[in-house]
Formats: sequence, structure tokens, C-alpha cells
Amino acid sequence: MKMRLDEQTIALRAAKEFGDGMVVNLGYGMPALCANFIPEGRTVFFQSENGILGYGPLGTDEEKDYELINASDQPVTLLPGMCFFDSAASFDMIRGGHIDMVVLGAYQVSEMGDLANWGRPGRPATGMGGGMDLAAGSKQLMVMMLHTTKEEEPRIVRQCTFPLTARNCVNRIFTDIAVIDVTKQGLVLREIAPRWTTEEVQALTEPKLIIAEDLKEIEL
Amino acid sequence: MPVNKIYETCDQAVADIFDGSTVMIGGFGSFGGLPINLIVALAKQGAKNLTIISNQGGVGFELSKRIKPEGYQDIAILVQNGQVKKFIGSVPALGGMPPTSPIEKLHGEGKVEIELVPQGTLAERIRAGAGGLGGFYTPTGVGTRVELGKEKRVINGKEYLLELPLTADFALVKAHKADTFGNLVYRGTARCFNPIMAMAAKVTIVEVDKLVQPGELDPEAVVTPHLYVNRIVEVPR
Repeated sequence: MKMRLDEQTIALRAAKEFGDGMVVNLGYGMPALCANFIPEGRTVFFQSENGILGYGPLGTDEEKDYELINASDQPVTLLPGMCFFDSAASFDMIRGGHIDMVVLGAYQVSEMGDLANWGRPGRPATGMGGGMDLAAGSKQLMVMMLHTTKEEEPRIVRQCTFPLTARNCVNRIFTDIAVIDVTKQGLVLREIAPRWTTEEVQALTEPKLIIAEDLKEIEL
Repeated sequence: MPVNKIYETCDQAVADIFDGSTVMIGGFGSFGGLPINLIVALAKQGAKNLTIISNQGGVGFELSKRIKPEGYQDIAILVQNGQVKKFIGSVPALGGMPPTSPIEKLHGEGKVEIELVPQGTLAERIRAGAGGLGGFYTPTGVGTRVELGKEKRVINGKEYLLELPLTADFALVKAHKADTFGNLVYRGTARCFNPIMAMAAKVTIVEVDKLVQPGELDPEAVVTPHLYVNRIVEVPR
């Protein structure tokens, strides 16, 4: 089996998108790791649904302050200029288009950029949390996900079969083998993991990929 | 003379929560911001057929050890006790946890009804209820199962769903400090759903780390003005 990128490495790659001065919301799970990989020399303000803006890198469980956490329940660290607010104000920011970039996890993303990231078979009591609001209000929506299920079934699909978070909302997908843009023309393969071929990535992707003219190896 | 809002114990503060009440419970879901002592008092008190409005449905003492090693009680204790008829929230059960939380089990057995509400919509429905509004139009949930049965309207070329307000008979809220009038300040991310729920219930009951005298809180820093607060219990942490 070929090497796939681990979660930390996918987070490192996704975090390269954070521009200087951006306000970024990191979704539950894998995306939260991006807080540790801000590109050098840039200031990024992380916002989290539970009502915090401008927190620092993730803290450690040993020193966890349960009143200083992100929405993924991870301890975060204090930074000068950080602020707190209530849930309604937090979602004004999210829904109102005041967040520059959102990074979410996903079960499936469709060719059209539809996102399914909350419900799965057999777990009807799990909820969408803030995902639907984030997807509805984000200026740029990035998805971080494993390219396939454990059974090697594609998770980038023609039509999502899992419950939708929002339609037509994803701009870019970072997986353990590729970086793919969602465009009006279709899915464009921009970057590929070391030693993978475009044919191998296509074989694990349901919709037909358009290969970017300047296709390159995933930059780390 | 203002009415005395100070209660000696959480048990006294929740004593009149009646069968069939709608109860908002603040916090985000996990330990920080959750009015745990009031929840435990309500579990002891035993009111039944409750409709609980809260962001998360609770994981229960066993699973809570994954969040805080010594474990803690949450809304799951009410569910487990069979006190909850309906839960309204955005994360009844956590997908990242095993499917063994009381709400997930009892929902599976058809014993607890769930109304799933996106988190931002939940917050805004509570704020609408608090502020006397009849509802609002939101883009959240358009094109998903959330839109089922809701009025859809195009405003300036974009689709929105009509969402209706939420209010409650009681709100259980956690704050950091209160003065004896009921002005509240919060600490860190423990603020979350607490301030808006404090505004949306007929009777708002607050558990605070510290009770102080009027004048001791900076008026510029008060988050919840005292008129929203009916009962205060000091539970030093």
C-alpha cells in the first residue's frame, strides 16, 4: 500500500491556506489540528462556535481549564487580544459572513460541492452542531477528510448518500492523498501526495477529476 | 426593597419545577458552563415529562470520564431517570463517542423524542423568544432535511427558512459571579448558551461560583442584566 498523509500532515497542508489577518473557524475533529500549524510570520484569529475569538495553539489535557476550550472540547491557550461572547453572537459572526475561512471534516463531498458531515447510518441521535450554519455563512469552505472509507470506498462522490449539511458550499478538499478544488466545471485535482499517480487518485474518487495543468506534489 | 433572589441550596431553587415543564439548560455540552449542581438537584427532585432545550444531550457519567478524568454529571442523568419526554438541541449525542449515552439509547427505544436544530438556529430561536419576536428567516438548513415542513422564502435572491422562537418555563444557567440583584458575569468559554437562555425563560435559576454585593461588579462588564434573573445559588468552586 502506498503512503497516505497522516492527519497532522493534512492539517499542516490545509493551514497553508490561512492568510495573514484572517478569521478562521476550525470544525470538530481533524480540522482543529490546524491551530498548531499557522504559517510562520502570519497572524490568524481562530473563532470557535462556543464563543471565543483569537485563541492560541491547543493546550494540554494536564493543564486543561474547562472554561477555556474550543467547540471540539480541546483546551486552548490564552493569547493577548482574545475575547469571549455568547452563542447567539458567535453565530451572528458565522452565519453573517464575518468568518473568512472555515475548515470542516466530512463523511462525503459531492461533485457539486455538497457537504455531508454530521449524520451517519445507525446514529440518528447525533446532530449537526454548528456545521450547517458554518457551511451556510462561510466565505471560503475547506474540507479536510480521508479520501476513502476504511473499505476503500470513495468519499468524494457524485451524489451524497449521507444527510446533507449544505448544498454547493465546499470550495477546496484536502485529503490524505490529494488537494481538489470544486469548480463550476467539476472537480479539479491540484495536488497529489508523493508517489501517487493521477490514475490511482481517480480510481478512489467517484466523479471524473479534471487534472490541473500545473498539477504538483502536495507542498508541505 | 428588591425581592430576595438568594437561595441556600440548589434543591430549594428547583423545587417548583413541575411535571411537563420546558426547561432550558445552559452551557455548551461538556463540563465548562454547565449548571451541574442544578441539574443534579432537578434529577433528585424528579419532575417528569420534561422538554429539555440544550445544545447537547449529555454523555452520562461513564462517558464523561473521556472529557474529564474524574467524571461529572450532565443532562444524561435526567434522561436516564426517565424525566425527559423531548429534547431540543443541536447535538443530542456526540458522533465521536460510542452510541451508549442515555439519550441515544432511549431515543433508539422510542422513549425520548428529539428535535434536531442547527446550533446557530437554536441560539437565534432562543434569542427571538427572549426578545419577543415571532421568528426569523435563516439560510441555515436550506436544501437539507432541516427545511422539511418549514416556510421557505426568497429574500434578495437567496433562499431562507422561517424558524420560530423558543421560550421556557425555567432556565438553569451557570455564571461565574452574580451580585445579589442578579447581574451576571461569566468566565471564558463557559458563557456560550447561558446568557441567551437566562433571557428566554419565565423563571431563570442561576448557579454561580461566587456571590457578591451590588457595586462589586463592573457595570461595563455585566453580561446578563439582573432583571432576567430570578434565583441565585452560590456553589463555590
